[in-house]
Amino acid sequence: MLWYLGRRLLQVIPVFLGATLLLYALVFLRPGDPVAALGGERGLPEAVQDQIRAEYNLDQPFIVQYLLFLKGVVTLDFGVDFRGREISDVIASAFPVTIQLALMALLIEAVFGIAFGLWAGMRKGGIFDATALVVSLFFIAVPTFVVGFVMQIVVGVKLEWLPVTAGRDPDVVSLLMPAMVLAATSFAYVLRLTRTSVAENLSADYVRTARARGLRRSQVTGRHVLRNSLIPVVTFLGADIGALMSGAIITEGIFNINGVGGTLYDAITRGESITVVSLTTVLVLVYIGANLLVDLLYAALDPRIRYA
Amino acid sequence: MTPRRLAGIGAFTLASALLLSACGSSGSDDSDSAATGDDAAAGTGIVSVSSGEPQNPLTPGMTNEVYGGLVVKNIYSGLVYYDADGAIQNEVAESIESEDNKTWTITLQDGWTFSDGTPVTASSFVDAWKYTANLENAQNQQYFFNGFEGFSFEENSDIAVEATDDLTITAELSVPSADFPLWLGYSAFYPLPESFFENPDSFNEEPVGNGPYVIDSWTHDQEISLVPNESYEGPRTPANGGLDLVAYTEEDTAYNDLLGGNLDVLPNVPSSAFATFEDELGDRAVNQPAALIQVVNVPEWLPEFQGEAGVMRRQAISLSIDRDTITEQLYSGSRTPAKDFTSPVIDGYSEDIPGSEVLTYDPEQAKELWDEAESMDPIGDYTLNIASNADSDHQDWIDAVCTTIRQDLEIGCEFAPYTTFDEFLDARDNGKVEGLFRGGWQADWPSMSNFLGPIYGTGAGSNDAQYSSEAFDAKLAEAAAAPDTDTATTLYKEAQEILFADLPGIPLWYQNATGGYSENVENVAFGWDSDPILYQISKQ
Repeated sequence: MLWYLGRRLLQVIPVFLGATLLLYALVFLRPGDPVAALGGERGLPEAVQDQIRAEYNLDQPFIVQYLLFLKGVVTLDFGVDFRGREISDVIASAFPVTIQLALMALLIEAVFGIAFGLWAGMRKGGIFDATALVVSLFFIAVPTFVVGFVMQIVVGVKLEWLPVTAGRDPDVVSLLMPAMVLAATSFAYVLRLTRTSVAENLSADYVRTARARGLRRSQVTGRHVLRNSLIPVVTFLGADIGALMSGAIITEGIFNINGVGGTLYDAITRGESITVVSLTTVLVLVYIGANLLVDLLYAALDPRIRYA
Repeated sequence: MTPRRLAGIGAFTLASALLLSACGSSGSDDSDSAATGDDAAAGTGIVSVSSGEPQNPLTPGMTNEVYGGLVVKNIYSGLVYYDADGAIQNEVAESIESEDNKTWTITLQDGWTFSDGTPVTASSFVDAWKYTANLENAQNQQYFFNGFEGFSFEENSDIAVEATDDLTITAELSVPSADFPLWLGYSAFYPLPESFFENPDSFNEEPVGNGPYVIDSWTHDQEISLVPNESYEGPRTPANGGLDLVAYTEEDTAYNDLLGGNLDVLPNVPSSAFATFEDELGDRAVNQPAALIQVVNVPEWLPEFQGEAGVMRRQAISLSIDRDTITEQLYSGSRTPAKDFTSPVIDGYSEDIPGSEVLTYDPEQAKELWDEAESMDPIGDYTLNIASNADSDHQDWIDAVCTTIRQDLEIGCEFAPYTTFDEFLDARDNGKVEGLFRGGWQADWPSMSNFLGPIYGTGAGSNDAQYSSEAFDAKLAEAAAAPDTDTATTLYKEAQEILFADLPGIPLWYQNATGGYSENVENVAFGWDSDPILYQISKQ
């Protein structure tokens, strides 16, 4: 297990190098000159622009800029963004709230998705199953920003049940609505995955055997059906951690949350390559970590994978 | 093993449920206490305002965008300030005088201090101006000092400004400018304390100003809290207990927060609410023309727009744009059709400058002019491009304009998008745009010259279409040297006649200040620059 873990951690290095190089190249290839746009419509004097370019190494060739970035990573000094803020500060202020939001969303979609999916799968073809399928189809079909704005206006402005935005000093209550919106699409997938998987496993041989042995219904469901049905669900949830964090751009915008999404969006529109690549690098690491977690969970759920 | 792991999964689910419910209960406690906090704070009356994270250090020389500008104009006091009508009132200045509009003597009031206790002297202004004007300091607002004698864009300059004693400044301009006192209310001309020059870099997080407010706290990307400056004794006395400038990434979100009662003042209504905000907010809606004009520029590098036939084509295009319908239907009245090259909020604005008839929709005359131009100097099967950056919502009006141009002139017309704003700037500034392109101008100070000189003067900083007219330049210079405002206004109108004859830009409409405020605040007025005048807002 330790050897497995170590090997997985070593894989981070090439993934990191490949991902950052690719990202850097993409941002570098972006058309236009971000420094020219700093001054707005009027533009900045040419001499001022030259000084800024020199300050941020933007006058250097691509590969030099990338190597300087790598040097920054190794020395843990990402430098400053166009607004003069330490990029490490930007990362430190953006990630906690996004992580909190993503975890809340993950919890919501996992708990409700698995519970409803289990219920629907156990009574396949029933009224609850049919309703769940229609509702989940709705959540998959309707774009996040529609769900977000509708909930904001109905739940926040009209009914006044939850805060309209989470902008100022977000706590759990003000993050509840954005987390639900963020979770909406994935919740529908989790529900459907669980439902199908449970329905399939219910007719499997080992379940029949377990029943024939006279195990109680709850034991059969919990120990055999649910556990085996969770494997595809866990895969989905694991991959979703990363997706939730990077996919929060729209949700964070709607609810005015100062997280990774908004910061990344700002940095992309400003053409700040270092900020974009730094933030995305952390996201890449989150993906890698989440995948690692999924693999470890697999081993817990299915011993055959562990010994393979 | 199996039962224990099962228990683990069960425990995870149970713990999640508990955690969720715990979140719920602790959360509701939080919101209760927050509510009481708000009630208590109502007495001190903190006004919340929708804004954003400043992009640059909060110093006079660096702040050239709206979010930083909102902070800077409230934490610094200049020699003069603009009232709601755009007229200047003395703030730190006692008097601003000149015999010839070229050499100016400014006298300061005694007794002003910065929030760190140091006095505001003539040097506070002179040093700040020289610092901003100097190339090596790479200040965003360096441009604003190009009217001073001794200024240079190419090398470090020593602008002709002196502190002759603690309370007197003399300034020498390179050409006479009657509206020099109007410049001085602009943020580039604010003073800086001595501590700034010792360490300019440390100044950004904790700027020291002399204005009605000081920064109480600044949570980046979220909120800047301003509280009244206790040592401030000027005319802009705060009528509230402070300002919370809240950063929003989406205008729609800010608008919903205003409707939900979580926000007091919204300086910009999102375009999605243009049609409804006046109904939803009633008399708390603000919709008034601002010092912002939008035009399509006709680049001088396009051969089809040169000479007599070229001018006819310019006129034909202008005549085939139905400004009334577009501003009403597309913008729900949040734009005002243009009648001149300035703005209705500016002194001297006029709707009947000779030549301004080209701004009235007249499809028949448009077609005649285009055909006549075609017979003089044929360009054949033509498609007009109107260029803009695509990362902003300009396509809608360009499509609308193109539709009528296609119909009325029977030529092709296309939106020519540039992916990003800076890509657009790059193409524009290097003369590579193959068609008309959008232009917009927000005035720095409320004067006619600021709408004409920087955009259409030969070689001027924002003359993006590279227009050049000796007659126009001469008229501007004559107006700037005029002995009184009435003469100046007449001359600026004559200058606009030249523009209407040449049409280097085709005026479209003035952008309105569209804003709103909550039931909790009073005395909300929007200034000539379309920003709310924050110090005079009071909260129950």
